[in-house]
Amino acid sequence: MSAGTGLSRLEGRDKVTGAALYAYEYPVEDPLYVWPVGATVANGSVVEVDPAAALADPEVVAVLDHTNAPRLGQGGIADQHVLQSPDVAYRGQIVAGVVATTPEAAREGAEQMLVRYVERPAKVVLDPSDPSLEEPTAAFGGHPGSDAKGDVDAALAAADVVVDRVYTTPTEHHNPMETVATIAQWSGDRLLVYDSNQGPWTAAVAFGALWDIPPERVEVVTEHVGGGFGAKVRPTPGAVLATMAARVTGRPCKLMLTRQQMFTMSPGRSATRSRIRLGARHDGTLTAVDHDALQYSSVIHEYVEHTGAATRTMYATDNLRITHRLARLNLPTPRVMRAPGHAPGMFALESAMDELAYALDLDPLALRLANEPAVEPAGGLPFAGRHLVECLTVGAERFGWATRDPTPGMRRHGRWLFGTGLAASTYPALQRAATATARAEPDGGFHVWVGAVDLGTGARTALWQLAVEALDAPPSRVSIHIGHSSHGQAPLAGGSSGTASWGGAVRAACTALRERLAEHGGVVPADGLAVTGSTEPPPPDRSRHSYGAHFCAVRVDADTGQVRVDRLLGVFAHGRPLNARTAHSQLLGGMVMGVSMALHEQTVVDPRLGMFVNHDLAQYHVATNADIRGLEAHSLERADDDVTLAGGKGVGELGIVGAAAAIANAVHHATGVRVRDLPITLERVRGQ
Amino acid sequence: MSGDVVLRVNGEDRVLHLDNRVTLLDALREHLRLTGTKKGCDHGQCGACTVLLDGERANSCLLLAVAVAGRAVTTVEGLADGAEPHPLQRAFIAHDGFQCGYCTPGQICSAIGMLAEAAAGLPSAVSADLAGTAAVDLDDEEIRERMSGNLCRCGAYAGIVAAIREVAGG
Ligand code: FES
Ligand code: FES
Repeated sequence: MSAGTGLSRLEGRDKVTGAALYAYEYPVEDPLYVWPVGATVANGSVVEVDPAAALADPEVVAVLDHTNAPRLGQGGIADQHVLQSPDVAYRGQIVAGVVATTPEAAREGAEQMLVRYVERPAKVVLDPSDPSLEEPTAAFGGHPGSDAKGDVDAALAAADVVVDRVYTTPTEHHNPMETVATIAQWSGDRLLVYDSNQGPWTAAVAFGALWDIPPERVEVVTEHVGGGFGAKVRPTPGAVLATMAARVTGRPCKLMLTRQQMFTMSPGRSATRSRIRLGARHDGTLTAVDHDALQYSSVIHEYVEHTGAATRTMYATDNLRITHRLARLNLPTPRVMRAPGHAPGMFALESAMDELAYALDLDPLALRLANEPAVEPAGGLPFAGRHLVECLTVGAERFGWATRDPTPGMRRHGRWLFGTGLAASTYPALQRAATATARAEPDGGFHVWVGAVDLGTGARTALWQLAVEALDAPPSRVSIHIGHSSHGQAPLAGGSSGTASWGGAVRAACTALRERLAEHGGVVPADGLAVTGSTEPPPPDRSRHSYGAHFCAVRVDADTGQVRVDRLLGVFAHGRPLNARTAHSQLLGGMVMGVSMALHEQTVVDPRLGMFVNHDLAQYHVATNADIRGLEAHSLERADDDVTLAGGKGVGELGIVGAAAAIANAVHHATGVRVRDLPITLERVRGQ
Repeated sequence: MSGDVVLRVNGEDRVLHLDNRVTLLDALREHLRLTGTKKGCDHGQCGACTVLLDGERANSCLLLAVAVAGRAVTTVEGLADGAEPHPLQRAFIAHDGFQCGYCTPGQICSAIGMLAEAAAGLPSAVSADLAGTAAVDLDDEEIRERMSGNLCRCGAYAGIVAAIREVAGG
């Protein structure tokens, strides 16, 4: 029952019986339904909104547009400033909202809205020769925009072997199964929001800033969330629209984005283009690593995907340069998506390492082992646990790597070509400031409150286990309460940092409560005893990352180019998980998304219309059950990886990083075709 | 346009006054407070809304409520035997066949319908015997193929297959 064991999920029964309530499912009295209207131009201004046809339906209660919407405060980010100006920065940006007594009428009303625009030329294609590319000083997550040590150009010129290649990843969308959903309700100047998000407290702060009210007057309830993956890190424009509609009508307002709207009214992952240059000596020693990363943001907000960040930590070299450049496009602002920066960046770096191994006639495993750094290559910080070498060697052993013949394109049985590949993984072990409250009741019960959220990560169960352990109390007497902003300041679930941060605060609160109880001689006062504990992020004195290695076996149809992943084996070093069972599921889930990223996922931009063409699940493909077989995740629990108060490092993203490179490397081994652009589609395998 | 509809849900007749445009999915979620059935796409592309219609699996987002009057609708709320969960519900917990849980009611209803299809000999794209003469031996390949209409973005597929295999194996 203690932390680390594989207890099944506390909310498991509620989820399999349909009793668990997600945001849109809370019963409210006499609700109205909100339907957003998206812009049909990619750049321009709204010159006229004619709601007459929509309002002709008596079921339509109100229509909001930039002329009559409530004015918001200055807080929040540009995407959240819904209906504050006539400007249109991207196709699909909300230009109006229809509020009606039924969802059918709201939807019909939205169809009836007449919106006229002046249209301006739009730029929607990521182009490395774009003369107006920006060189941001900082990339997301506190990473420097550019970074260099040594003399990369001289080292490349002097290298025995150079690999110089470009790798691209497309725009991708999270597509959590539950779309963005919100019920907003005002009473006076207090706002209640049932909302599908990744952090109720941070959402309350954002709503407060937008409405110019203190966050304590906003209560955000987020008990169960149908997946996030980054799509729900901040209140989306739709959620803001729901709060506006509720303000204007004085009634509870419900909004649930359609799957199609999710592609523009919630964020996606930026397309990326990485030029990787590796220089090496004949013996495999890396002498230069250069990662030049291009990504895009919208024209209204700067988000810089930190595509080159993983390259800072991976391989020893005296000469290292990482550059981020940014295009500003008329597309929705991209945001974090599972393993932001690292998932696209490591596809590039780990593909290039495979190419270098072939250029040197070295085993790709041996090449990585030969360039294991003693300290973090970019900054020189000591590692707080690493174990990449162990992940690689343990994985090679389990997979049977030693007998591999590296020659590409020579294992054919019938129509199938077979191949294997490997790639490394890494993700930062982040920890953010958090608070939690623990309370002892006179009847022997304990309650712990923390503003955490369980996106399916198992956070609720893990935090409860941690509380039971830290309180040293009978499990049946300990209750955990999460999912409300009123539980106190807490970071969002993102960057695999949630459980470590909340868990640190839970441990601090529970430990402090035990001490206070001891001061009271172990007797709980008649009105109970409550203690609030908090944690701060650790100082940046060590390089804190988890690591892993993927080994993959594919078969490729020699005629059609179809790729099947037969086996994907990952070995990951992340320290002690609070709950081994849900951590294992997280790693597997990341690997599934890695297969999906490798083979299926891409959001296609129409260069003329600035439109995401394939905006539904029939056209934006994600891995199905039949795509997944032979999945194995193994964890190495090494004590020096236990660098958080909760124990080990987060596992939410580790499984996806590197998976696509392992698959692409295996496809090359099977076919001799090097696919450097994701996804690995049939025509790319066929070399067309 | 609207009218009165009698829906037979989980063995009970429910009389509703509904706009003719209301789907079975929205009738369940918005009018009957049976929110266990989930909306993931509203377009027949994800399987989150799967219910059993006269015992067969169906996407409730693709059905108009008025069109299923009189037919037996079973939702995830109707699967348990009193306080005792359905064996598949138990198996999904035991094998951690979900993370966020949003696809789960649809997966479970779909699996129940799928098991009946296999027992009736209905072949799938990976079946060797396409004549459909005998009950299908549900190996992992068959389960994966037959469950591929139910997307799980959390990627809980390994647990889903294990849970179904356990129940299918009796
Ligand atoms: S909601 Fe019906 S199939 Fe997706
Ligand atoms: S459990 Fe989250 S989508 Fe399946």
